[in-house]
Amino acid sequence: MSEIGLGHYLTLGAVIFSIGVIGIFLNRKNIIVILMSIELILLAVNINLVSFSIFLGDLTGQIFTLFILTVAAAEAAIGLAIIVVYFRNSGTIRVEEIDKLKG
Amino acid sequence: MIVHSIFFYTFSLIAIISAIMVTASKNTVHSVFFLILDFISISCLFIMIGAEFLGMIMLIVYVGAVAVLFLFVVMMLNVAQQKNQWFAAKDSSKHIPIGLIISTLIFVEIIIVIGGWKYKPEIFDLNNSLTQFSLSNTHSLGQILYTDYIHVFQISGMILLVAMIGAIVLTFRQRAGVKRQSYIKQISRERAEGVEVLEVETNKGVRIDE
Repeated sequence: MSEIGLGHYLTLGAVIFSIGVIGIFLNRKNIIVILMSIELILLAVNINLVSFSIFLGDLTGQIFTLFILTVAAAEAAIGLAIIVVYFRNSGTIRVEEIDKLKG
Repeated sequence: MIVHSIFFYTFSLIAIISAIMVTASKNTVHSVFFLILDFISISCLFIMIGAEFLGMIMLIVYVGAVAVLFLFVVMMLNVAQQKNQWFAAKDSSKHIPIGLIISTLIFVEIIIVIGGWKYKPEIFDLNNSLTQFSLSNTHSLGQILYTDYIHVFQISGMILLVAMIGAIVLTFRQRAGVKRQSYIKQISRERAEGVEVLEVETNKGVRIDE
């Protein structure tokens, strides 16, 4: 086994990012899993920022990971609130049945 | 160094498998649990490469708050019993190839960028917040978070405030027929409408509810 370098962490981030994108496209169940896939994508971005920050010796990446964490928490709270309101009004959060916008 | 590799491969394998299970699991509650496992293994990786503060913050914020929020909403909306049928539904079969193609393309592009990329030597001169090895990670993060990045820090606090107010406003609903206090009514009561002096005849009493 070779030494674990920056490339290993970036590859891990790329894999998790791609799994998140697949989750958004393939999910037909309910919209909560789509929100979870978005959380996975933000996690992959965090992996990239932290590994660059560690391997370049610059702390700015970790600072910005902190802010991404903040935005992710806010986004999850707002998204789940919207989902709760939608479920209360229309009784379903299945992805195929959310077609009020005719999109 | 070999221990480092073993830990890296273990945790990243757990992270990738649980990320796959988040999207593929039939039960939404199981998806949330796999999301928690994913966050835990990634924060173990963060702690391992020396970003201890962020690893701990990930545990607190994601596992302690966000994942519990997801779990709460999943259980409150009672959608856990809806079976996942994205391989069976006829509507979704045209999404699967598109999704696979797009995510594979993104993955290949990122891998190409990672493989063909190298540092410019000048980049180390551009650093303005170099890691000081005499301080701990948390200490040095705090030293630049509250000085160089104080405005961004306060803006992120404002984002959290707006999100909190937005979530409350979205989910708040006023039910009809629920007795509640009206502060305006209570405060603006006058003495004249609250107290009344009556002439009471002996042995007759007073009716107060008419």
